[in-house]
Amino acid sequence: MEVKIIIPAPQSALPISSELEVRVRKRFSNPEGSFNLNVHFRALAGFTIIFGASGAGKTTLLDCIAGLTDPDDGRVAVGGEDLYDSEKKRNVAAWKRRIGYVHQDLALFPHLTAEENVAYGLHGLSAAGRQTRSREMLGLFRIDHLRERRPAQISGGERQRVALARALVTEPRALLLDEPLAALDRPTKSSLVGDLRRWNQQHRVPILFVTHNGEEVFALGDEVIMLDGGIIVAQGQPHEVMRAPRLETIARLSGFENIFNATVLALHEDRGTMTCRLGKDAVELETPLVRADVGSRLRVGVRAGDLLLATESPHGLSARNILPGTIVRLEQRDVIISAAVDCGGTEFEVHLTLAARDALGLGLGKSVWVVAKTHSCHLMRM
Amino acid sequence: MNWEAFWLTVRLAAIVSTVLIAIGIPIAYWLTYSRWRWKFLVEAAVALPIVLPPTVLGFYVLVALGSRSPLGRWWESLTGHTLAFTFEGLVIGSLLYSLPFAVQPFAASFGAVDSSLLRASASLGHSPVETFRRIVLPLSKAGLVTGFALSFAHTLGEFGVVLMIGGNIPGVTRTISIDIYDQVQTANYSSANQTALVLLVISFVVLSVVFGLNRSGLNRRPWMAGPWK
Repeated sequence: MEVKIIIPAPQSALPISSELEVRVRKRFSNPEGSFNLNVHFRALAGFTIIFGASGAGKTTLLDCIAGLTDPDDGRVAVGGEDLYDSEKKRNVAAWKRRIGYVHQDLALFPHLTAEENVAYGLHGLSAAGRQTRSREMLGLFRIDHLRERRPAQISGGERQRVALARALVTEPRALLLDEPLAALDRPTKSSLVGDLRRWNQQHRVPILFVTHNGEEVFALGDEVIMLDGGIIVAQGQPHEVMRAPRLETIARLSGFENIFNATVLALHEDRGTMTCRLGKDAVELETPLVRADVGSRLRVGVRAGDLLLATESPHGLSARNILPGTIVRLEQRDVIISAAVDCGGTEFEVHLTLAARDALGLGLGKSVWVVAKTHSCHLMRM
Repeated sequence: MNWEAFWLTVRLAAIVSTVLIAIGIPIAYWLTYSRWRWKFLVEAAVALPIVLPPTVLGFYVLVALGSRSPLGRWWESLTGHTLAFTFEGLVIGSLLYSLPFAVQPFAASFGAVDSSLLRASASLGHSPVETFRRIVLPLSKAGLVTGFALSFAHTLGEFGVVLMIGGNIPGVTRTISIDIYDQVQTANYSSANQTALVLLVISFVVLSVVFGLNRSGLNRRPWMAGPWK
């Protein structure tokens, strides 16, 4: 399921004021062991999404860019100015980098009011100037009425706004956001993203947006960098990167509800497809051809939203996979219906609309046919 | 009740605990944030007065203040008299004696400030020193008050160091605990009892204030509820 956010088109006439270049190597540890963060990318003005499971190295990467931790080697530059360069032995201190960073836990100063928090990063201004600027920013983020309150006295969404306003008021040259929307409900998320976009239309800075939530990737849209085990495994537009996952961690993150073990039964090189058997059961699936040998074992992922249900044996369809089964579970989640269909021992999750459930008269125990296009089946290595 | 000794002791404790705020904060800052590998040696040295017999500490301070040491000679050339057996000498000895009682609560409260606040402050363009002044110090009020009160109370009751460095000169170095000792030596038990009681009550009141503040006012700040631990 995708979140739709109405986004005003960026004003392309404005010049790009800064570009972030990152080439970083850094050893880091997570609970599963020790990894080498090793990435190289450029981020232009606008959103670049850093997507990956927890422990993929996302926060380590942001810390290296912000100067809060030193890379083992590499180069970090913004707008052409080197902030870190291991060859030139250059390492600008974090507090001189002018890079905005909103941490996952927000880190609002508990002893300061919302307004004092926002004004904290303003330097070289008179008290009146600081007040004007921070009140403008509080207004932009629609939290002007909270300015006398302390962080503990406001809600999670409001704290998120204070943290963003505090980072943006300093006019950073780049903005790093570490899962800033994680704790928010959907309407709050999209209004906050809208405010952020509005701000960035005028400022045109690169925004690195870290998330492990696939929905946010589609909603925010621009460029996605997928990180796994410290390296970039995919990069591009969300639909390119998210639709064809090569790694199972990413598949799970980007919403592949159905992931099965499969054994390759036959290769049809002339047709560009192959036949796989799912699990130990008799269910066979036609999938796109990948480089694999007959008898080798793979994983197959199918999105629940890409599957169709029919109440009569369908014919005259282009879809190659038509599997008879029985509905064993029906659950309503928000406005979608999640149906579990048992096809000869393999259980598929299928997502339908409420209207489809009612039109088909779906209920427990009903015989149905699960329909999957060949290219809805994504193959992954084990 | 020897009021002269009483006020001398209060003056000594007030000066010592105030000076310890000034020198204890930088030491605690260093102990909290330094990554020097031999830092533990400094930590041990700062804590030494807790376990060392006060006479041992007093003996070394006496030697260091005497006219054979560079410090003693420098002071003598400056003022014309030695530090030993003076009020200033007592202050120096008491500073060392009460140092851990100030530094340890300071360092503990600095260390308890969430490091993500320090990182946020750096990203907002503040140097480490500025961050310390505007974030760490205000959030460490409870530790500062505790350190001040503990070093005050500790100095109030010292005996061994004072005796070694200051001797027993009325109005100059005779503190309240030495006065009690004197009274017991001359079998003046009722007077000793009176003085001891005053010292006991004051110490109890000071500590009650510390614990009371830590419980209700400063540590359980309302904003400490919620996601900030």
